[in-house]
Amino acid sequence: MADTAETERDDKARRNRTGDNTLLDARGLTKRFGDILANDRVDLVINRGEIHALLGENGAGKSTLVKMFYGSLEPDGGEIHWQGHRVDIDNPAAARDLGIGMVFQHFSLFEALSVVENIALALPNPGRMSELASRIETVSRDYGLPLNPADIVADLPVGIRQRIEIVRCLLQEPQLIIMDEPTSVLTPQEADQLFLTLERLAGEGCAVLYISHRLEEVKRICHHATILRHGQVVRECDPTRETAASLASMMVGADVASVSAGSVTPDIGAVRLRLDGLSARAATPFATALNGVSLDLRAGEVVAIAGVAGNGQGELFDAISGEMPVAAAMIRIDDRPCGTKGITWRRKQNAAFVPEERLGHGAVPGMKLSQNIVLTRHGTGDGLVSGGMISTPRASALEKRIKQNFDVRMSHDDPEARSLSGGNLQKFVVGRELDRKPGVLIVNQPTWGVDAGAAALIRQALIDLARSGSAVLVISQDLDEIFEIADRIAVISRGYLSEAEPAADMTRERVGLLMAGGAESQGEVA
Amino acid sequence: MRIELVKRKEQSRLMLVLSPLIAVGLTALAAGLIFLISGHNPLIALYKFFIEPLTQQWSLEATIDKATPLILIGCGLAVCYLSNNWNIGAEGQFIVGALFGSFLPVLYPDFESAATLPLMLVFGALGGALWALIPALLKTRFNTNEILTSLMLVYVASLILDYLVRGPWRDPGGYNFPESRIFSDAATLPEVFGGLMSLATPITIVIALILAFVLSKTLKGFEIRVMGESPRAGSFAGFSAKRLTLFAFALAGALAGLAGTMEVSGGLNQLLPVISPGYGFTAIIVAFLGRLNPFGIIVAGFVLALSYIGGEAVQSAMGVSNKIASVIQGLLLFFVLACDTLILYRFRMVSRRVPQGETSHV
Repeated sequence: MADTAETERDDKARRNRTGDNTLLDARGLTKRFGDILANDRVDLVINRGEIHALLGENGAGKSTLVKMFYGSLEPDGGEIHWQGHRVDIDNPAAARDLGIGMVFQHFSLFEALSVVENIALALPNPGRMSELASRIETVSRDYGLPLNPADIVADLPVGIRQRIEIVRCLLQEPQLIIMDEPTSVLTPQEADQLFLTLERLAGEGCAVLYISHRLEEVKRICHHATILRHGQVVRECDPTRETAASLASMMVGADVASVSAGSVTPDIGAVRLRLDGLSARAATPFATALNGVSLDLRAGEVVAIAGVAGNGQGELFDAISGEMPVAAAMIRIDDRPCGTKGITWRRKQNAAFVPEERLGHGAVPGMKLSQNIVLTRHGTGDGLVSGGMISTPRASALEKRIKQNFDVRMSHDDPEARSLSGGNLQKFVVGRELDRKPGVLIVNQPTWGVDAGAAALIRQALIDLARSGSAVLVISQDLDEIFEIADRIAVISRGYLSEAEPAADMTRERVGLLMAGGAESQGEVA
Repeated sequence: MRIELVKRKEQSRLMLVLSPLIAVGLTALAAGLIFLISGHNPLIALYKFFIEPLTQQWSLEATIDKATPLILIGCGLAVCYLSNNWNIGAEGQFIVGALFGSFLPVLYPDFESAATLPLMLVFGALGGALWALIPALLKTRFNTNEILTSLMLVYVASLILDYLVRGPWRDPGGYNFPESRIFSDAATLPEVFGGLMSLATPITIVIALILAFVLSKTLKGFEIRVMGESPRAGSFAGFSAKRLTLFAFALAGALAGLAGTMEVSGGLNQLLPVISPGYGFTAIIVAFLGRLNPFGIIVAGFVLALSYIGGEAVQSAMGVSNKIASVIQGLLLFFVLACDTLILYRFRMVSRRVPQGETSHV
């Protein structure tokens, strides 16, 4: 916690920050959901031309706060001043009228429509389509985010889709743009492009409120940072004068344990999972085909598959888990062909799987944790089912063990899965599989949207599992994570997988190039 | 000032049990009000509607008679609805079940043995299951909408029944009336408990209890609930959505078919052009009123059966239109849903935002 001197300094800093240049001044904003105080007397000042980072762990109250600025939530207390006047922002339309725009983390685009049609839908007065199209072309080119208005959204990669959202926002000439984790879907090169655009916007006097978990980029582009913890502002700082580690410790309120890959070089053993020319057609128009994916995953190592979202990671996971059947010889677990076998059969071969989506795929939202243990372990000889009947005491015992070993925090015993926070639920779904000591573990996005403390715990557990002789495959979009834990790195792009190379020989630039299509050409040559 | 519904973090177990009873109480209150407005003494009317049918042997028997098929069909439908399969065609499965169950006593009236009745019940269940598998196969194979196909097959089934009793299955000694021959004694479901009910009722209750056990304690029941709530998680668990669709439809069809056979064998004793007053459709309400839980369905089946008998009672005794039965069924559904909502949510009064900073910033 900040000591008194620091608090005083912060107060002074805050008073100094308000002035003629102040665009938005929030005072004592409070929002309560039931018993949870999501925002507790939050003060925030945003000045013109400033890129302002909003930092905090999951559940710290960042989304709640920006939703109040964007008019989708109503504060229970406190007030918002916009350019010196007190305002009530009743709905997103009112926010847009004031000049506040927002780019969401999850896009709200119609895939079957074109770029210009999507933008027209969001504008109050779109005018003639041809005029709008030429405006889109001009604005998008001016800001270095070129778009072709006639393209159909379904054909566009995620990075371009984000451009649509940003251009849509820019067309309304906002004075404040709120961005929720904009780079989580971008390649490093695309992110660089976005930063140029943001800097240009700031130069023109537009303010940006920037939410991100990536502290390096916050350090790089943000002028000011406000850090939330448990719904309260704990610190404000100039991120350029901090290190990523100091920012992280302000967020979590303690030093983050760094993950250790173990000083010993991993003892690499036999191939435990072999993908051999794994191919599958795209099941829907919006899915990605897999094209001759090959990989040997050996005992003792962690192999990571990097790639931008939507390049076949989900399909690859489904094929390996058995939710999407393929030809038998394409997948071997411990040298047994199993491409046509179901997921339960593969689990009985001591393989385990953690999907990307925690709620609704990895766990049933409305069921208790103990029932969610039965979900993946009913066939694996844990004594959970005998003679077709479920043993409730056995499931409860496992639930207690996993809760304890993986530090899953909950308000009361055996709650429904949906009542857990994202990080705690992720610890649970990973812990549920690790608890079995699987020989082969496939994890898709192990720490997506998980706070720093939980992420470190999960990553360490994955490394420890590999060092104990299992093979671990991690599919991730987070390069920091990949370089932290992987022994070898492969990159997936448009359903092609690059050769897995030792992590020590890989650089971020090289991974970025492979993400942007290098993996594809490598795959086609091979 | 406005009212917000806020989700409760915990649901009260006590209220979960009490809510249907509260709903029945509120329904009685509202029904009393309606009787009062239409110029009848509400206490007498309520007594005649809700209580009197339970005090007389004949009306109690009639209530049990009507409740039995509703409960049996409702149990099967619950399995469908829990697993996200929208079987609306139980009426048709009931009819085809009755046809399959009747072919022995109608075409082979001389086959009278101890095996006759069990065979009829097996055939009835089989017929209903086969009829239900048509929309299930169409869904799993061609992705058709099971709501439409199962519903349309109801009309096909009732036309087949109509054709058979007017044509090939007409009673040769029946003076050309559109009826089948009367079933032999060996093909008639016996009465039990001193004639209070047919054997159909204990069979139904036993099946409901077995189903309650399967749903709450077994892996199959778990599979059904997982698939209904989250199909993607179900496939991650290794369950097959297609196989479960076939299973749920076959089970619901078999139970509806069994109910159909028991209805013609125990009650009507022959086939008529119309054998059901819409049991297959009313059972949909029963299934939901009973919260898709077999115990709840037993209670809901009796309540809805009572509303039919009570409607007739107030009509004959007080001259109130028996449409009052439909009104009361509607009120009941409304109050049950309202009570359920209050189990999941609570009200919160929100006054228009009062800026808290206003005073402190003077």
